Order: sequence, then structure tokens, then C-alpha cells
Amino acid sequence: MRLVKEFAIATALTIAAGLSIASGHAHEVKIGDLEIIHPWSRQPLPAARVGAGFFVIANEGKTDDRLIKATAAISDNVQIHEMAMEDGVMKMKELTGGLVIPAGSTVELKPGSYHIMFMDLKERPVEGTAFEGTLTFEKAGTVSVTYEVEAPDAGMN
Amino acid sequence: MIRKSRLVFGSVTLGVAAVLAAILLISHVWRENPLPAMALGGPFRLASANGGIVDSEQLRGHPYGVFFGFTHCPEVCPTTLYEMSQTLGELGDQAKDFRLFMITVDPERDTAALLKEYVGNFDPRMEGLVPTPEELKAVAKSFRAYYDKQPTSDGSYTMNHTAMVYLMDRDGRFVTVIPYGDTPEGRLEKVRRLLGQG
Repeated sequence: MRLVKEFAIATALTIAAGLSIASGHAHEVKIGDLEIIHPWSRQPLPAARVGAGFFVIANEGKTDDRLIKATAAISDNVQIHEMAMEDGVMKMKELTGGLVIPAGSTVELKPGSYHIMFMDLKERPVEGTAFEGTLTFEKAGTVSVTYEVEAPDAGMN
Repeated sequence: MIRKSRLVFGSVTLGVAAVLAAILLISHVWRENPLPAMALGGPFRLASANGGIVDSEQLRGHPYGVFFGFTHCPEVCPTTLYEMSQTLGELGDQAKDFRLFMITVDPERDTAALLKEYVGNFDPRMEGLVPTPEELKAVAKSFRAYYDKQPTSDGSYTMNHTAMVYLMDRDGRFVTVIPYGDTPEGRLEKVRRLLGQG
């Protein structure tokens, strides 16, 4: 039962991730051996006080790195989170130790998985606009990124 | 040597066949009956974000859906609202009696006004419910739904919670769930099946 459910969810998330990448035009930035590809966010629902940021990080280097901090113009309280579904329960975890980007691999921040969490929004991002942020990596240092704001239902089924 | 490798081959084949059979059986059972007939969901009376009270007894004749969420939810709750409004939009008048309730698991922060604004723009059939902490405990228990607070580094918190839509028939009996991540066809089929009953 669990296996089938997990497979269905995994399939749905894969499709969602594929759609989300296809819907916006790709933009990327580089810092050291890291490439940050297509940072994006969704326009939050009315009354929502939180938002989420997504992107892909490719580590083309020979050593692991770690995303340890994120900032954003829309929030003074930005966290790195992991979402997981376990037996039908949505579990949210703050990654206080950061997110490891292993050497030679790619880590995807996407709906239903790792994401940047913008808490206590100072302003609500609007579809079609963009907002600035920074990402700090243990080894590569700090890089500026621009999140493109997509529709509130971008990347959903 | 040959006999041994045949034996190994034979048992591996048998093992693979057994696993495949088990998967087929499980997926069949899951499709036919996602949750074996259980008495899920008890009577409830909860404050509506739109004002007034929603009493499950007064929902007789209305098939309805219930899910648990909160407005500080980055992913599951907006997704569920969007997906269900899409499903209801597609069903149109066929689902005119259907109601969908989002019960907040964060009554501390989710006021009626906040939840009304959060849910209100989707579909008139969708409505937020704001239980007191005690009412929440009771209603979550009756649906065997789980929720707990997860502290965050800023001294605030986020919530873990059961993420599925429970579907109840016109007599208030539990029928099935729409699991999180279900396909549009899966959602449509389950709500249609629910509407066709009773």
C-alpha cells in the first residue's frame, strides 16, 4: 500500500518539477564550482504569510559544499526547509545544519521537497515580478540570486 | 556447479515473481479500497471562518470533504485548495451539493478572518473551519489525523499534519480519501464516485 502510494507521489512530484522548469525561462548564476539554476517562487495565497523559493544547485567541483544561509528582500526570516510525506503526513523540517551539495552532483529545491522558506513576509511577491535574495555556501561564499515569481499554482497537478 | 547456479537462478526467479505478485496484489487492494471500511470522522460542530457554525448533523444530504491544514503552510495546503477547486470546477453543477472544509491545525495563529481570506477566493463550496484547541484534538482524533508543532530556529513554529482529503457521503459516512499527490483523474473519479452514492 505504502509502496504504491509513494510511487504515485514520486511520479506526481517528478511531473510537477518538470512543469515548473518548463514554465519559466531558465536563468542561472555561478559562484566557484556551483551553478544555481532558475530560482523561482510562487505568488502566495491571499492572507498567506509565508512563501517558498526553489532552484537547482549543480556542484561541478571535486568537494562537497553546503548551503548554510539564505536571505531575501521579501522576508527578514528566511530558512532552509525539507518537506517530506510519511504515511500521509506532511512533515516539515528546518535544516539548521544547512543543505549539503555533494561534489559532482545536483540538488533540486522543488515543491514537495527541499525549499527556501520565506517566513513573515514583508511583502507578497506578485506573479510576473521578481525579487532579490542571496545564498551563502560554506566554501563557495555568498551569491546574489533573483527569484522569478510564477503563478500561485505553478508546478501543481 | 551447474546445479547450484540453476538453483540460485530458480530461487531468484521465484523471489522476483513473489515480489511482483505482492506489488500487484497491494496495488489492486489500494485501488479498490484505499482505506478498509473504517468508521472515520465523528459528529462535529465547529465555527466557520465565514461566521456561524458548521454542524455535521446538518450536512445530511451533502457529500463533503475534509482536510487538515494551516495558513503558514507553504505547499500542501495551497496545492490541495488549487487541486480541489480544479476538480470542483470540472464537475460544475454535478457537485453542487458538495462541500469542502479545511480545518486549521493552527488555531493559535489562524483566525477566522485569516482563514476566510485564505480559502475564500477559490470556490463557494469551500470553507475554512476554526476549532478551539480542544475541538481540534477531538475532530483530528475522529479522523485519525495527525498534527504536531515543529519549532523553528526563529522561536516560531511550523506544523506537521496529515495531508489528504477525507470524503464523506450524504449520510456522513467515510468513503475514501484523496491522497496528497493524486492525479487530476484520480481526484475526479473519487469525487464522482462519492456523488453517485446514496
